[in-house]
Amino acid sequence: MTQHAAEILGRTALYQAHLGLHARMVPFGGWEMPVQYPTGILAEARAVRANVGMFDVSHMGRLYISGDGAADFLQRVLTADVRALRHGRAKYGFVLNEQGGIIDDIIISNAEGLDIGRHRLKYLLVCNAGNRSAVVLWLHRWLAQFPDVTIHDDTEATVMIAVQGPQAIALANVLAGGGAISGYDTGVLPSTLRPFALTYIRENAMQPNLMPQPTAGVLSRTGYTGEDGFEAMLPVPQGIRMWHLLKERGVVPCGLGARDVLRLEAALPLHGHDIDPATTPIEAGLERFLQETNTEFIGKEALQTQKERGVQRKLVGFRTLEGGIPRQGYALLGTDGATIGAVTSGGVSPTLDADIGMGYVKASSANIGNRIAVDIRGRKVPAEIVPLPFYSRKAPQKEP
Amino acid sequence: MASSPRDLHYSKEHEWVKIEPDGTALIGITFFAQDQLGDVVYVVMPKVGTKVKQFAKLGEVESVKAVSDIFSPIGGEVIAVNDQVTAKPETVNADPYGKAWLVRVKPSNPGETRALLSGEQYDAFLASDAAEKGH
Repeated sequence: MTQHAAEILGRTALYQAHLGLHARMVPFGGWEMPVQYPTGILAEARAVRANVGMFDVSHMGRLYISGDGAADFLQRVLTADVRALRHGRAKYGFVLNEQGGIIDDIIISNAEGLDIGRHRLKYLLVCNAGNRSAVVLWLHRWLAQFPDVTIHDDTEATVMIAVQGPQAIALANVLAGGGAISGYDTGVLPSTLRPFALTYIRENAMQPNLMPQPTAGVLSRTGYTGEDGFEAMLPVPQGIRMWHLLKERGVVPCGLGARDVLRLEAALPLHGHDIDPATTPIEAGLERFLQETNTEFIGKEALQTQKERGVQRKLVGFRTLEGGIPRQGYALLGTDGATIGAVTSGGVSPTLDADIGMGYVKASSANIGNRIAVDIRGRKVPAEIVPLPFYSRKAPQKEP
Repeated sequence: MASSPRDLHYSKEHEWVKIEPDGTALIGITFFAQDQLGDVVYVVMPKVGTKVKQFAKLGEVESVKAVSDIFSPIGGEVIAVNDQVTAKPETVNADPYGKAWLVRVKPSNPGETRALLSGEQYDAFLASDAAEKGH
């Protein structure tokens, strides 16, 4: 892999921790990130499905949006109905361009009243690492109409850790066990948080050798693996301490490789692959995440037009019926051998013991049950279009 | 990293070849290769009877992350394929120099091993930047 000599890659505050764990580091979204630890991608993915794993997701963009007009501003630049978003709740949505193309997919949280301190925080917007500068530039383009709104980029000042798996919330409860030494204060017991709810988290001031921490972070019941779990955002020193504490508790460190396997099984789209500024949420089959009650967002008219006229292509999920891993860019073929689309994501599913993929095909070929083929380096491997997600855990969440 | 076995010959593409007492040759991929690939999930090998030239494509090894061509470190005719590896590709990660031999070849010219690296030379090659760049 060649790398631009001039390119400077970001390193998260956990970079040294990853090296200490003998992670293999790769460039991703402008950052140097662990793709896997010596455990290996499949074992890491299995740990998340069976028990609990943790991911350094500090590369993801964390933007604080504050000011009296913040809700009005976000109502314009996000598809989510931000005005209807209650305190302590989060919502998945999109930043769209005027054509309805996806600049980024994001999670917006209403963090008002969480007493996070420093920034008189109203809203927290988490965006993809590789899109952070595009999102910031795009938001600033619309900010002029909202003079009292400020955007503060807190990415480098904080650590973000995703703890995912069936044991994750029980572990969070233990960490938040009231007043326990080495515990955390989270206000409410993490298991009482509903999916996409959040609370504050701060180190317990009773800990020995630690100054009482005036600033807290955010703990949210969110993730990107299709598993239950939480994500914690903390100031750098506290975030590093939490990583090591989780490691001591036996949580398996997982890299981007496992994250990609898990999110693909759960059919969660990856921006730059399954969605991009040239695809709309309708084409990507993500219409259910558009909120009818937001009538003001940029791109709304374009989506309305597309909905009326119908889409030319759709994102589908498929399983190959013979051995072979579909990979991004491989052609998808109809039964007559003609190209009907291309793979946007693909890989091995250890949970299903199958090879799976997603890709755009002509809308006329997108029906579930359709036989197609994947051109795997010249070999035409038969495949079947299947319902998404490929995997959903037994107690499904309301949101991704 | 432990040193590479000294009784094998190595290619710069990270394949190994072992000349057996009967003159046939076992071919596999190195510890470094499997480590770089990560979890191996497919191995595609030629049929018995296939004739292959030295350094020509022999097959493919595919991991969760990537697909990599296997180049034959020695020319000859494939006389056996290790079905154990096709059935359990993770063997390549577990035992790259032992159970995970890929094919047995009848060399057309045993002298071709002279174009390969010894264990010492391969270890030195890995230590140099060339190994990283080449991969």
